[in-house]
Amino acid sequence: MTSVTYHDVQFLEPAKTRNYLNVDYGALSWLLTKDHKRIGILYMVSISVMFILGGFFALMMRLELLTPEGDLLTSDTYNKFFTLHGIIMIFFFLIPSIPAVLGNFILPIQLGAKDLAFPRINLLSWYLYMIGAFTGLLVVIIGGVDTGWTFYTPFSTQYSNTHVIGTTFGAFIVGFSSILTGLNFIVTIHRMRAPGLTWYRLPLFVWAMYATSLVQLLATPILAITLVMLMIERFIHVGIFDPALGGDPLLFQHMFWFYSHPAVYIMILPAMGVASEVVAAFTRKKIFGYTFVAYSSLAIAFLGFLVWAHHMFVAGISVYSAMIFSFLSYFVAVPSAIKVFNWTATLYKGSVSWQTPMLYILGFIGLFTMGGVTGLFLAALGLDVHVTDTYFVVAHFHYIMVGGAVMGYFAGLHYWWPKITGRMYPEWWARLGALLVFVGFNLTFFPQFILGYLGMPRRYHAYAPEFQVLNVMSTAGASILAVGYMLPLVYLLWSLRFGRKAGTNPWGAVGLEWTTSSPPPKDNFHETPVVTWEAYDYPAMLKAMGETQNV
Amino acid sequence: MSDVTVHADEHVHHPFLQHQFEDLGQQHEASTLGMWVFLATEILFFGGVLMAYWIYRTIYPEAWALAGEQQNTLAGGINTLVLITSSLTMALAVRTAQLGSRRATLVFLFATMLFGATFLGIKAYEYNAHWHEGLFPGSHFTWHENPELAPKVQLFMVFYWGMTGLHALHMVIGVGLLVWIISRAWRSHFGPEYYSPVEVMGLYWHFVDIVWIFLFPFLYLIPHFGVLHG
Ligand code: HEM
Ligand SMILES: [Cu+2]
Repeated sequence: MTSVTYHDVQFLEPAKTRNYLNVDYGALSWLLTKDHKRIGILYMVSISVMFILGGFFALMMRLELLTPEGDLLTSDTYNKFFTLHGIIMIFFFLIPSIPAVLGNFILPIQLGAKDLAFPRINLLSWYLYMIGAFTGLLVVIIGGVDTGWTFYTPFSTQYSNTHVIGTTFGAFIVGFSSILTGLNFIVTIHRMRAPGLTWYRLPLFVWAMYATSLVQLLATPILAITLVMLMIERFIHVGIFDPALGGDPLLFQHMFWFYSHPAVYIMILPAMGVASEVVAAFTRKKIFGYTFVAYSSLAIAFLGFLVWAHHMFVAGISVYSAMIFSFLSYFVAVPSAIKVFNWTATLYKGSVSWQTPMLYILGFIGLFTMGGVTGLFLAALGLDVHVTDTYFVVAHFHYIMVGGAVMGYFAGLHYWWPKITGRMYPEWWARLGALLVFVGFNLTFFPQFILGYLGMPRRYHAYAPEFQVLNVMSTAGASILAVGYMLPLVYLLWSLRFGRKAGTNPWGAVGLEWTTSSPPPKDNFHETPVVTWEAYDYPAMLKAMGETQNV
Repeated sequence: MSDVTVHADEHVHHPFLQHQFEDLGQQHEASTLGMWVFLATEILFFGGVLMAYWIYRTIYPEAWALAGEQQNTLAGGINTLVLITSSLTMALAVRTAQLGSRRATLVFLFATMLFGATFLGIKAYEYNAHWHEGLFPGSHFTWHENPELAPKVQLFMVFYWGMTGLHALHMVIGVGLLVWIISRAWRSHFGPEYYSPVEVMGLYWHFVDIVWIFLFPFLYLIPHFGVLHG
């Protein structure tokens, strides 16, 4: 009599329903889409290509550094490689990563909205990104650029004979795509929350994206205008930043870092948002100190604007301003520390389950803390003089950007993968990948702290022979890391076809995105949801589940 | 008005209600907030270059004073008046669109566009004069009076062309948008319940106007202030 079992229902249900993936087909339905979910996927594909390209340059550099002699790459090529690596990883991969991929996909759903406020602008932002990215690729093909990702003047404007204008133009265009994403998020968060979804019921990922968007909106235009001035100077040979022609190179550094320090928070704040989601979901607890975590995002965004000159302690700024910037840099660590303490407190006595997103986030918390603490070393005036432009700095910012932000991206990717694709990734392989990334990362970058402290400078293709052992360790680590990053590429693609069907809420998590089907319908919800519960109300959910079991 | 005649539970879709919004009110609030947020980034954009300008003015007061003397204050002044008037007509266009008087809206929008074009025309006249005076930076640049100050005078002119050029670019975009808004007003798209594009256009126009209100004194009136005239 009973012809349909629970299993059949699970199996049949997705095929019957229309979702955002199967509403229509064909290249144009993607290239002209205004659906935030599809645009998120367009971004995902594009930044993955960029990540691979940036990773290639990194691996080539690590191979060169296997031996003290500059034997694999000439110094000119090495200069180009670290420049291209840095520019690609920062402007074309990490800045768009969590906001434009996961934020695009998840944020409107977490708000209970049908889409972002401005879907066409969202699509425009992807096209701007692509124009910038193709400009960047073109530069790579026609010979590269060698200024470092920081484009310091007057080298970049008067002396470098590589493709500076093309590269800065690419970064300039990508900047606008970032601004438009931020604008869309701010308006959407203000104006499109579902009924009942008050500010204090918002997931912390939304708070983090809000803070990120503020930084994108207020910092990126300064980069844009700075790059315009750089291009003008290079193009018509006037001295905006060239001291020989009456310009001031320090002004360039001030303006560049006025963007680029806050840009670090564009990279790390979203990862913090993912951390809050994942920690709550895999400990089955409310985030400890919700309001503190929420407001610390805003505090980071604000204080992040006040510390830029800590990149210029040896550049010739006055001692007094250096002291003020040093002090403020200590200050900015406080809200980050608040977050770390609150996540840790949430873990305490939680029923922690060791799924892949959680593994990545535990790695994130540890590595971000390392990066943050070594950041305090660098904020100390005396110590900074000792390690400026050494591998200590390289290790520090990779702990923040790779150990922190990239780990957060991978955590979020795994956490929301079932929602995005409707399929589970293979857990065992994913755990292996997370483990390899963690081990490989530490082996790559921890030795660099020591190298830097011992005095190995950055941005050279050759080094003194006594540094070789630590460099070999670092290169070995980088190969493990490369395997760790290749694995997800393989098994995530595999899971699209062969992965287990995910169902609506595979993690048993609280949040609007887990109340709609996986993959979600085109308009996200069949009817507008009404929110009556607090954020992360796991205690209530567990209680309710207990009650239904008793019935 | 239409919402009086319509049954409460009947689902009427205004032709310009986009699918992601619940109703026109939400859509209106989202579009105006979006423009305000955009203008915030614009302030930073212009703010960055104004700061750089100010720093060099502080370092090179004599060169700034000399270069300031080269500006056509009369043309700049007339342009300031033209823009302020255009802001008035723009504001009136928003108001009449709200009130639903199509003819008046069209007239005011058209006037705004005309003032915008006038501004650009006068600006082009000034650019042309500077070009022939050799005041365009680069290899073409000529400055004989006091050669030791030439690079700095040129620096001023970089900021002059750069800032007014950016502003003019915003004006060109503004005029282009006006053409589009006018064509929509012509087709009777606006009325008391839907006038967001006109209002958003207005916000943008006023902003571009205000930028000029800063540029005019910075570039025409005060470069020599405190240096040549006490
Ligand atoms: C995944 C493994 C990675 C490895 C093995 C690696 C390796 C390296 C190496 C060897 C350098 C040159 C250091 C120097 O001589 O100054 C470098 C620089 C840099 N890396 Fe990475 N990197 C990796 C990932 C990333 C990621 C994901 C990002 C950012 C999202 C990143 C951002 C940077 C930046 C900004 C620079 C500085 C470039 C410059 O000096 O202009 N790296 N990296
Ligand atoms: Cu910094």
